[in-house]
Amino acid sequence: MTAFRRLEKGGRIDRGKPVTFTFDGKPLSGFAGDTLASALLANGKTLTSRSFKYHRPRGIVSAGVEEPNGLFTIGKNEPNIPATTVDLTDGLAVQSQNAWPSPDFDLMAVNSLLSPLFQSGFYYKTFMGPFKKSWMFYEPFIRRAAGLGKGSYEKDSDRYDTAHEFCDVLVVGSGPAGLAAALTAGRSGARVVLVEQDSEFGGQLLSERTADLEAWRKVQLAELASLSNVKIRARTTAQGLYDDNFVVLLQRHEESDAAKGKPRQTLISLRAKSIIFATGALERPLVFSNNDRPGVMLASAVRTYLNRFAVAPLKRAVIVTNNDTAYLTAFDLAEAGIAVTMADHRKVIPSDLLSKAAMLGMAMFPGTGVADVEGAKQVSRVQLAGAHSASIECDVLAMSGGWSPAVHLTSHGGIKPIYDEKLAAFVPGGFAAAHFGAGAVMGRFGTQAAIKDGNDMGARAVADFGKTTKPVAPPEGKDRAYHILPVWLPAVAGKGKAFVDVQSDVTVKDIRTAHQEGYVSVEHLKRYTTLGMGTDQGKTSNINAIAIMAGLREVPIMQAGTTTFRPPYTGLAVGAIAGRTIGHHFRPYRLSPLHDANKASGATFIEAGLWMRAWYYAWAGNSPETAYIREMELVRKGVGLADVSTLGKIDVQGPDAAEFLNRVYVNGFAKLPVGKARYGVMLNDDGVVLDDGTTTRISDTQFYLTTTTAQAGEVMSWLEYLLQVHWTDLKVHVTSLTDEWAGMAVSGPKSREALQLAFPAADVSTGNLPYMGCLEVNFDGVPIRLLRLSFSGELAYEVHCPADHAHALWEHFLNVAAPLGIKPYGLEALASLRIEKGHVAGLELDHRNTLDDLGLGKMAGKEKAYIGKELRLRENLQAPERWSLVGIELMEEGKKLRGGSILFSASDEIKGHGRGYITSVTWSTELNKFIALGLYQGGLKHEGEDIICAFPLKNEQMKARIVSPHFIDREGARLNA
Amino acid sequence: MRIPCPHCGERDVSEFRYGGDATKTRPKHGEGDLKAWHDYYFLFDNPKGPHTEYWQHVLGCRHWFKLSRNTATNEIGEAS
Repeated sequence: MTAFRRLEKGGRIDRGKPVTFTFDGKPLSGFAGDTLASALLANGKTLTSRSFKYHRPRGIVSAGVEEPNGLFTIGKNEPNIPATTVDLTDGLAVQSQNAWPSPDFDLMAVNSLLSPLFQSGFYYKTFMGPFKKSWMFYEPFIRRAAGLGKGSYEKDSDRYDTAHEFCDVLVVGSGPAGLAAALTAGRSGARVVLVEQDSEFGGQLLSERTADLEAWRKVQLAELASLSNVKIRARTTAQGLYDDNFVVLLQRHEESDAAKGKPRQTLISLRAKSIIFATGALERPLVFSNNDRPGVMLASAVRTYLNRFAVAPLKRAVIVTNNDTAYLTAFDLAEAGIAVTMADHRKVIPSDLLSKAAMLGMAMFPGTGVADVEGAKQVSRVQLAGAHSASIECDVLAMSGGWSPAVHLTSHGGIKPIYDEKLAAFVPGGFAAAHFGAGAVMGRFGTQAAIKDGNDMGARAVADFGKTTKPVAPPEGKDRAYHILPVWLPAVAGKGKAFVDVQSDVTVKDIRTAHQEGYVSVEHLKRYTTLGMGTDQGKTSNINAIAIMAGLREVPIMQAGTTTFRPPYTGLAVGAIAGRTIGHHFRPYRLSPLHDANKASGATFIEAGLWMRAWYYAWAGNSPETAYIREMELVRKGVGLADVSTLGKIDVQGPDAAEFLNRVYVNGFAKLPVGKARYGVMLNDDGVVLDDGTTTRISDTQFYLTTTTAQAGEVMSWLEYLLQVHWTDLKVHVTSLTDEWAGMAVSGPKSREALQLAFPAADVSTGNLPYMGCLEVNFDGVPIRLLRLSFSGELAYEVHCPADHAHALWEHFLNVAAPLGIKPYGLEALASLRIEKGHVAGLELDHRNTLDDLGLGKMAGKEKAYIGKELRLRENLQAPERWSLVGIELMEEGKKLRGGSILFSASDEIKGHGRGYITSVTWSTELNKFIALGLYQGGLKHEGEDIICAFPLKNEQMKARIVSPHFIDREGARLNA
Repeated sequence: MRIPCPHCGERDVSEFRYGGDATKTRPKHGEGDLKAWHDYYFLFDNPKGPHTEYWQHVLGCRHWFKLSRNTATNEIGEAS
């Protein structure tokens, strides 16, 4: 059943370049210059798919991005691509979708017989009740029987790029308006970008057959190409318009090859000073019985296939219209030797059209529409009714319901389109500054009008930058006025379904149902019926639906309004959005200056925020569960070396440095002696803990401040804010040393010996370097800061040095202290040692806890002012029953404590959110049991009480006891050793 | 958005961090009672239209400055 044929000559295809492609595995051929759609039609493939809900046979409707039906899976894994937007290329592999085993013989077509089930609101009514799990039960069946193409779980093998560009004037669309606008703007010397979604420039001109227009097009393109300040991009769609004239363009490359680094698509973020919208207009279908049969197409599309692709209906065409433009199709078809029957809803037709129709021997039926369409898999006969009745055999039924300006992009910024009664269409509702509309998008449909508009808007756009230009000369010709008789509903009721949205299978009856049930707002209509929710986003269906609903409500169409147009304008690959930020480029990662040293020491790494941190080392085992325990024992009994370079490090200098720190820390820093370190806690203004760390006084006017790894950036920014915005009178400067300095912890009872071996000339005795003391030493001419601090609770030091020298210092420690058995220990052991000691860290400092919650309330200065002091004293933050820090010991052998467990008292029913939760958990090598830190209602008032730790994810309950969070060395004997 | 950093010039918003309402007066350090701090920290107008905010050129010169921005349109005005 072939309804179309390829003409011997004509069109823009290159008959010298045959192209072979496969359709459902079978080889077919076309020509360079074809789209997949034109090639399928030329091969007689009029039935291309089955519909979404009813599995009705469907064919290609349009010749552009608005295509609702002709969706295919391209290659292995890209579903739902409109055939009308795919350039035909050699080796293109195309699969039909939503039909099994093939569109011609579809077993699922039985859905058609079940159609009463699939009326609007069907999903809501049937599956959202009567019992809660209905939808979950039915969903897999529905998905299998109806739907679009299938996505893939395979990795996208193509490469994608992103780019950033700037220009003075962006012109969207290259029809006569866009070409004129781009050239007029370009002649001024302004930087112009012209984008065209099609593979060729020209828009509507590509579907014309007059030599004059083609000559005009070529002249303009040649001049555009000659201007170095103008960039022209075909296959590039303006997908979205955002604040600040930020436009997202999607460029589809003609060739792509991932192996050679050639991307398939590039997502361009373009910032334009001004934008000229020359986006054209989309033709609307008419609504009538069985208007979805393959072979029922938009009139302009039939003309495009004829003139651009040399694909013509076999012998006979029926055209139904309510406006003048379909006559262009009719005349071109008649001149190509096709027998044309014209049905025009209008009783009065302009006389020039009538006389030309008569001259070409067309049958004319004024005041007549379509009653029904026959033909199971391809239109075979059309029943006309109205002023005339007739039954006409045909190969194609071309329809035109009028034109809808492509206002989508113009309204992304939030300006809603308005309804123009005379055009029976929505037009842009206005423009923001430096935005202009030209041509058909403004409802000015003629070529001459478009060129004039393009000239005017091009000149206006560049006038904003004080530039002058000269307009483009139009070709000879005169526009005819646009006459339309709005027709929204079938002229006569037919027996079959009258589709409004063919992609989502929504009919007139569905809209009536929605209206009857009160879903009368267009936004509700859309969601209740799924109208316009397909991949085409209702480009051909929305306006008809709005008009039908307005009619049912008996309100003007403007009052019914449009749904919101949102980006993207057409579908785009997720890969294009991701660009190269995939795999290990998904986000940046940071390496410690000791990264290579860690690697050489056998570290396994773990991501911690953006950092790659040494997790555990090979000497201790090959799994974190066992390795960290050996590493903990090393630190408790000997000496270990750990990389702590990720700590935030800030140099604070200036005559007011002490005063400044005294304000930001809750505890006093004003009187900290030179050469001493102090543990400090900072609050936010709201009195909640921001961060903790140690700060060392290097001199009267210089401090070395450390922050937690996680809050390093936040604290730096906060200190800068205070100094630059609020405390401008303080003479203090802060500089981040986080990347410039490295740090390593030397911990364990033998750490002083290790230090002495490393720096034999230094006096590291307790007398000279007591707990919380600081000593500057020299290592190969490099200044090193020794800070006697302990995170683990053991005798320990932090050794800070310029980052470039850290690797050498790390190796130096491992070499000279080898006789002491020094080994590196990782993040897991670091974090576990501090739990035993009861030191809080990121898991406890979660921006919800107060000083008192963490047991640090006594640190706060009573007399002095500090940030957060006032709001810290809010009643609720002082409530005695707040969840606060406790230690937890597991009381059951053979079980594990788990982080995140919910805490209950022994007598509670195990239900709900409990009285707290576990923040950090570890095996204690000292106590030989699982221990944890947690937050518990009332905190240490409950010390000694039995609790239940519930872990519902694994359905576990553990008996435990509240204890002091300081599991080891409560007196600090080890620290001070 | 593009933001005119007073020190570096116009840059993409991705180089900046937002720092909150700049129309409020912070109580002086060590002054202000609970209510003053409460009002300063928690109570904000939510204007639609022109607004003055703090921004920091955090991935640039680290300068903190006041910027006027229209909250409805994201139109950027003066930076100081």
